[in-house]
Amino acid sequence: MSGGKAVAKKKMNRAEFREHCWGLAFVSPAFIGFLIFMAFPIAFAFFASLTKWNGMNSMTDNFIGLNNYIKLLGDDKFWKVLLNTVIYMIGIPIGMILGLVIAVGMNRKIKGIKFLRTLYYVPVVSSLVAVAILWMWVFNYDYGLLNSIVKMISGQHGPNWLGDEFWVKVSMIIFMVWKGLGSSIILYLSGLQGIPRDYYEAAKIDGASGWNLFRDITVPLVSPVTFYLLITGLIGGFQVFVEVLVMVPSGGLNYSAATVVFYLYEKAFSSNQMGYGSAMAFILAIFIFIVTAINFKGQDKWVKTIE
Amino acid sequence: MANNRDEMGSEIKSAKSKMIDRIVFVALSLGAVVMVFPLIYMVLSSFMTKNQILSADFSIIPNPWKFGKYSEVLAKPEFLRGLRNTLIVAAPVLVIGGFTSSLSAFSFSKLKFRGKNGIFLGLLATMMIPFAVVMIPQYVMFTKMGWTNSLLPLIIPGLFGNVSIIFFLRQNLTSVPDSIVEAAKLDGCGYFRMYYSIFLPLMKGALMTQLILWFMGIWNDYLAPTIFIQNEKWFTLQVVIRSFNSYYAVNSDYPLIMAASVLAILPTLLLFFFFQRYIIESLAVSGVKG
Repeated sequence: MSGGKAVAKKKMNRAEFREHCWGLAFVSPAFIGFLIFMAFPIAFAFFASLTKWNGMNSMTDNFIGLNNYIKLLGDDKFWKVLLNTVIYMIGIPIGMILGLVIAVGMNRKIKGIKFLRTLYYVPVVSSLVAVAILWMWVFNYDYGLLNSIVKMISGQHGPNWLGDEFWVKVSMIIFMVWKGLGSSIILYLSGLQGIPRDYYEAAKIDGASGWNLFRDITVPLVSPVTFYLLITGLIGGFQVFVEVLVMVPSGGLNYSAATVVFYLYEKAFSSNQMGYGSAMAFILAIFIFIVTAINFKGQDKWVKTIE
Repeated sequence: MANNRDEMGSEIKSAKSKMIDRIVFVALSLGAVVMVFPLIYMVLSSFMTKNQILSADFSIIPNPWKFGKYSEVLAKPEFLRGLRNTLIVAAPVLVIGGFTSSLSAFSFSKLKFRGKNGIFLGLLATMMIPFAVVMIPQYVMFTKMGWTNSLLPLIIPGLFGNVSIIFFLRQNLTSVPDSIVEAAKLDGCGYFRMYYSIFLPLMKGALMTQLILWFMGIWNDYLAPTIFIQNEKWFTLQVVIRSFNSYYAVNSDYPLIMAASVLAILPTLLLFFFFQRYIIESLAVSGVKG
């Protein structure tokens, strides 16, 4: 760091200049890719969000300032899909709790436990489209796996999972927890393996119960993993789209399953409201930025590190 | 440390702790069955007849077993074309993208140049930007260039490298002492040779794991192909599977849909089984260092 600064201040000698050139040359593909496929599109999208652009007409002739953003704030459908998106996030804590409990169980030395770990991870590496198709079938009202089991157990017909405004949300949450659980388990497991064993031994000598050990040692000491899962879960949660598109292509009864990106996609690519879609994308990015910033600010209060 | 723990474990394991082990194992096994049951059901349904799947009496075991759906799927030209397209995307992206990513990682980690930190932070920031922001401009860009009639929108961006791989490899290289660079310089070693004959071999393991993960990402990607590829001829496998689902659900050919889905999952699953030690390790590292 300080070496880099010194180089920047004084004039570089020949050898340093050579290294500077090669260094830049080696990162230039990544940097050029960043300019073409990220920086330029971001600037472009921002300008587009200020226009009534449909992808074909001239952007400058259709400049409308902040009107798209103002319109968005009064768009009931936007608030609805935002609420749906937030409701789906209930899956994040559910996945964390299940993941931690399972990881604690897996942290014991038992023969065959590694194989179980692999099984829990299988949904994570499976193609999202393929498993979404599978679950569409599992949730099928008449012949689905789930309702067949419900019928076997209770003798009554189960809910119309994907066709009901309430149950479609439950279905999506079940699906997302199932798909992501394996990775929470793996991450918690690696967090647990970093906790020194003596902490538990010492607490046991002091007469702490199993529940106390879990609450007072395990939970605080895996908090960095919890933090990571929370951040990535929220960033990903705001962008949920493909699973909805595959399982409920219509967006659900009264748009009850649609998410922000689902609505944005329809606006931009089905009704060619590219300017409006871009404005929505920016609002989404701002939400993600704010939520992430709040999390980073708040982390000192509850994220512990092992010293 | 690990040895120590083993010894303690075997000494202390009392009857009570063995009992707990057994209960935990049974509970976790039940959970695992719940997790994989839908996938097992998918495989079993692919061997059923249409009538059995749609019958009012629920059954899991195919009766009779029908193995024909797999050959039926494999005989569909769309399926093979999808498979070919996915591989056409993956091959250049992994080879060239793997090269550019590891080269950048080496430079970011070991070389001194002006603007290094700024460029690196810029790249990192892109990981936070939602894809939704750039997908509209990218779509327009690719359309203007006439690329939506080909696989180029999926190939070209990948050739410039992958930010998360650069980040991971750079972390990985911090454990290599900088003095190697100085020593190589004294020996008159050029910078590219330094990368090629010293650092590339050093990051080989980490790079391979990252490339496997990248392959899985390309294989499973649905969003980019569905937005950017307009011509059916260039649909990747996941897009084909999705269109099978809409097409064959009309006449309720669920066994065929399930067989196609099984085939779409199989390759990544096999890769995961073979390389799981490395994959899990690298995921755990990225999570903990976050």
